[in-house]
Amino acid sequence: MKPLITAQGLSVHYALRGGLIGPAPFVRAVENVTIEVAPGSFFGLVGESGSGKTTLGRAMLRAAPISKGDVLFDDGEVEYSLKNLGKKDLKDYRKRAQLIFQDPYAALSPRMTVRDIIAEPLEVMGLTKSRAETDDRVRKIAAKCRLNVEHLRRFPHAFSGGQRQRISIARALVSGPKFIVADESVAALDVSIQADVLNLLKAIQEEMGLTFLFISHDLSVVAHVCDHVAVMYLGRLVETAPTRTLFSAPRHPYTKALLSAIPSLDPDDRGKAQKLEGEIPSPTNPPPGCKFQTRCPHAIDHCRVEEPILEAAGTEHNVACHKWQELSHRN
Amino acid sequence: MSRLIDVENLTLQFDTDEGRITAVDNVSFSLEAGEVMGLVGESGSGKSVTAKSLMKLNPRNAIYGPDTNITLYLDDGPVDVMSLQTDHDMKIVRGGSISLIFQEPMASFAPAISIGDQMVEQLLIHTSFSPTQAKELSIEMLDRVGISDPKTRFGQYAFELSGGMRQRAMIAMALSTKPRLLIADEPTTALDVTIQAQVIDLMKDIVSEFGMGIIFITHDLGVIAQTADTVAVMYLGRLVEHGSVRDVIRRPAHPYTRGLLAALPTLDDIDAPLTPIPGDIPSPLERPSGCVYNTRCQEVLGPRCAREVPAFSNVSADHTAACHLHDSERDSL
Repeated sequence: MKPLITAQGLSVHYALRGGLIGPAPFVRAVENVTIEVAPGSFFGLVGESGSGKTTLGRAMLRAAPISKGDVLFDDGEVEYSLKNLGKKDLKDYRKRAQLIFQDPYAALSPRMTVRDIIAEPLEVMGLTKSRAETDDRVRKIAAKCRLNVEHLRRFPHAFSGGQRQRISIARALVSGPKFIVADESVAALDVSIQADVLNLLKAIQEEMGLTFLFISHDLSVVAHVCDHVAVMYLGRLVETAPTRTLFSAPRHPYTKALLSAIPSLDPDDRGKAQKLEGEIPSPTNPPPGCKFQTRCPHAIDHCRVEEPILEAAGTEHNVACHKWQELSHRN
Repeated sequence: MSRLIDVENLTLQFDTDEGRITAVDNVSFSLEAGEVMGLVGESGSGKSVTAKSLMKLNPRNAIYGPDTNITLYLDDGPVDVMSLQTDHDMKIVRGGSISLIFQEPMASFAPAISIGDQMVEQLLIHTSFSPTQAKELSIEMLDRVGISDPKTRFGQYAFELSGGMRQRAMIAMALSTKPRLLIADEPTTALDVTIQAQVIDLMKDIVSEFGMGIIFITHDLGVIAQTADTVAVMYLGRLVEHGSVRDVIRRPAHPYTRGLLAALPTLDDIDAPLTPIPGDIPSPLERPSGCVYNTRCQEVLGPRCAREVPAFSNVSADHTAACHLHDSERDSL
């Protein structure tokens, strides 16, 4: 199947306020990332803070600058190369690709009614011809997101965190997008509400045939909802695989460490985790060679010199590590 | 083990513009020295307010119930916390025998004062150290919690430290006065999993080294399973279950605890459906009558649940739950 959206060698660089001499320094927030997201997929993107997952998600929405490479979008109706998108096409792309934010308290204007919040994208993009049509679309999408249609005239402060997140979802879906970036969309919610919102996202995805890029730092959530997962570290992709493969046979030492750091629900399982020392380095001053070498328990001299590239480790399974083969024989 | 704190019938209400709301309702528990108690519940369940009221750290509109009794057992004898009135009296409790670590370390350090000055300041208030001794101890504590180059870090400001580093500094600061009880309010929630694992390890080392009691507030049952000895589950201001970590997580007795566990995504079975608890936590202005959980409970027994507040009953030794399911006279419903 042709991918709905493809990042091809995508890099996002941000200029830093630089010195007077020499070229201005820049941060490689995302460096040479290639991923393909199939239509109807729930694609997970994981990594620690500072790994570049949010920037990658935004670049795929053309909300972050594309410095190198490109993002290709093909939904069967239109084909766009995001790097060279004209003003008119960009406007059209906005209605096909949308974002759901993390914090449902910050994302909704306190001065607008829920109806106006959900209707705003329709009005801004000029997608409806009359107020009646707008109202109709707002009501339909609100019902899909399990919001009480009676409550559309209320203001966001009257709603709980879970209900607010459903309002954010309705707002993202009202323009009829094909591709949704959900950036830590359940991170601020309690477990019970988190389960409810995740179930809603899955139900809507199946019903409306949507494609999700699901950005999260919580691997257990990703394991439950995503079909593919990409792991990022310091702007680089270190491993991609179908969810089942990634969780049963992780190949990259970073992925293994992330999985092992998840606190187990078994009280007798204490202290078994392989702990990762140190912290993610600053992207303004990345280490040479493999970006993970400063924390990797298996790093050898070669890792400190040459950066590994993604190579196939199985069906749809890619890993960027010099030692993955050796390490996979070991356990 | 010796008793560290007894909390009996803690009730706390707030006077607000919308009326008087009950934040904590008749909560009782005890903690031994060296015990780590996990306090679990959704947002709005009253975990933080409960912990803060042990140091009477509540705004002016707080009203304690008349039966509330908090006794802290110190070397010089028991202290009746409720009888302490002025801020001056509270000094032996606040930052002295009880220290508090907050969730967001960026917000709990003053931005314009160096980490070291803040550590020294509180030592000068709570101990008889000279400024030089206080500085030495602070640097030693920073070293103890695994901060590299503690002498340099001592002179730095909060913004110069990473999130994990700030949380370590916060722990170093909270421990430097050698408190008997440490209240850790979601200390790892804002951290990445790998850093969270480091901080959890650090806190475990500290308990075994200092032998203090810890109240660990979190909504993450995985973190509880990895750190706590006992667990107390709160819902809408009430304690609903209390027991050893193994009992509560493996044989949860209260329907709310069971609901929390069923909603939790785990890696053991990634195909298992996530089952949310139906509905939202009610507003504290509209507290349900009877069992506070009856409006969302999947195991409601009958009208009695909405009528009668369930008392705590023993499920097994040292494992109690407040639910009519476990009443001895269950037949009389």
